[in-house]
Amino acid sequence: MLGDGAAAPSSETAPAEAKRGPVATAAAARPAAGADTAATADADATPAAGHPHLHFGTGPARAHAPGMSQGELLRIERDLLGKNDALAARNRAQLAAHGILALNLVSSPGSGKTALLVRTLQKLAGRLPAAVIEGDQQTEFDAERIRATGVAALQINTGKGCHLDADMIARALPRLPLADGGLLFIENVGNLVCPAAFDLGEAHKVVILSVTEGEDKPLKYPDMFAAADLLLLNKIDLLPYLQFDVQRAIGYALRVNPRLRVIQTSATSGEGLDEWLAWLEDRLAATRLAAAQQGTTPA
Amino acid sequence: MHEMSLAENVREIIEDAAAAQGFRRVRRIVLEIGELAAVETAALQFCLDVVLEGSVAAGARLECVAVPGEGWCAACARTVALHERYDPCPLCGAYGLTVCGGERMRVSALEVE
Ligand SMILES: Nc1nc2c(ncn2[C@@H]2O[C@H](COP(=O)(O)OP(=O)(O)OP(=O)(O)O)[C@@H](O)[C@H]2O)c(=O)[nH]1
Ligand SMILES: [Mg+2]
Ligand SMILES: [Zn+2]
Repeated sequence: MLGDGAAAPSSETAPAEAKRGPVATAAAARPAAGADTAATADADATPAAGHPHLHFGTGPARAHAPGMSQGELLRIERDLLGKNDALAARNRAQLAAHGILALNLVSSPGSGKTALLVRTLQKLAGRLPAAVIEGDQQTEFDAERIRATGVAALQINTGKGCHLDADMIARALPRLPLADGGLLFIENVGNLVCPAAFDLGEAHKVVILSVTEGEDKPLKYPDMFAAADLLLLNKIDLLPYLQFDVQRAIGYALRVNPRLRVIQTSATSGEGLDEWLAWLEDRLAATRLAAAQQGTTPA
Repeated sequence: MHEMSLAENVREIIEDAAAAQGFRRVRRIVLEIGELAAVETAALQFCLDVVLEGSVAAGARLECVAVPGEGWCAACARTVALHERYDPCPLCGAYGLTVCGGERMRVSALEVE
């Protein structure tokens, strides 16, 4: 058992962000532009096929010209995500010891993460222990949709935050009633960019792309597709109404991540859900077996 | 905008170092940013300006060193330059390179007094 959830608040608000001045103030606080402003916005106006567009983020960040300095140079060598990664590793070890399979569901807003979860939990019908952590900037709506299926859900509101992080999950785990050998679904904040960088301690990231979003998303937002192990191509019931080339979308995704497994699903018609459930059950069986072999859960 | 979280992490790393090493002011922050790391350097700098205000590193100069992206091409059996995650091998044109460099971002050094 992971947590008991007893007397636990059903929702949690992430700690207030560092206070942030209005944008204009922040900009005014910058040093005057000049040779000293290394790595300022390098916006190249690249004319693509005759159309100018602004392109940030290509090319190396400009190295600073070394100036005269009398300060002492301290080697630090610390990763910006080091603390998050360490907490994620701790979550991962704790989940593994309980034989729990944790999945981090990521997608842009509205691809159908909650709809797929609701359908999945209904199909499981209590056959496997399960719990859900819902991440959204605001509201308890998604957790309520999950609870309507009879499964425990904890809502994390990130406020202005655009992603869940490992610390939020570490604080959620003890409050979540979940039996050993169970499934933990973590629905991340709808955002195809930021959640890719933050390991939560999940066994796998599952990226959901709905056919209404266009085939090109894996190339436009490659980090998320690179970080995932499974792609659920959702809303395929809508294909007759759209110009969406399934093979092209899958080809782009595999270009970014050749190891990506793809399952086509519809939360509405139920298509593909058996294949998704089989994937889940395979992974869960392996997770349980590993925990039993480690002697951390009964065989 | 996860750059705000990253900027807060930089501040934490600097505050940890200040507590351990006892310096009073940071004049220069050297960051290493991988070419394939999920961060916009310009946005990070903007967030750092805000987040470092009132800290030992307020007004510090930011120096960003780009770490080139690298991928392993199985067909060529060698490491090649990779500027975007989904780019093909520059030598043989194969897709599906395994990223093996330029993914991380870190505070590499601080000039302090
Ligand atoms: N036709 C069709 N509609 C779907 C499918 N899956 C989800 N939807 C609809 O898409 C809308 C968004 O679904 P959600 O499940 O709320 O999406 P989400 O990814 O959880 O959204 P956020 O949590 O806000 O990021 C809802 O109106 C769903 O009914 C599907 O497979 N087919
Ligand atoms: Mg949702
Ligand atoms: Zn090659």
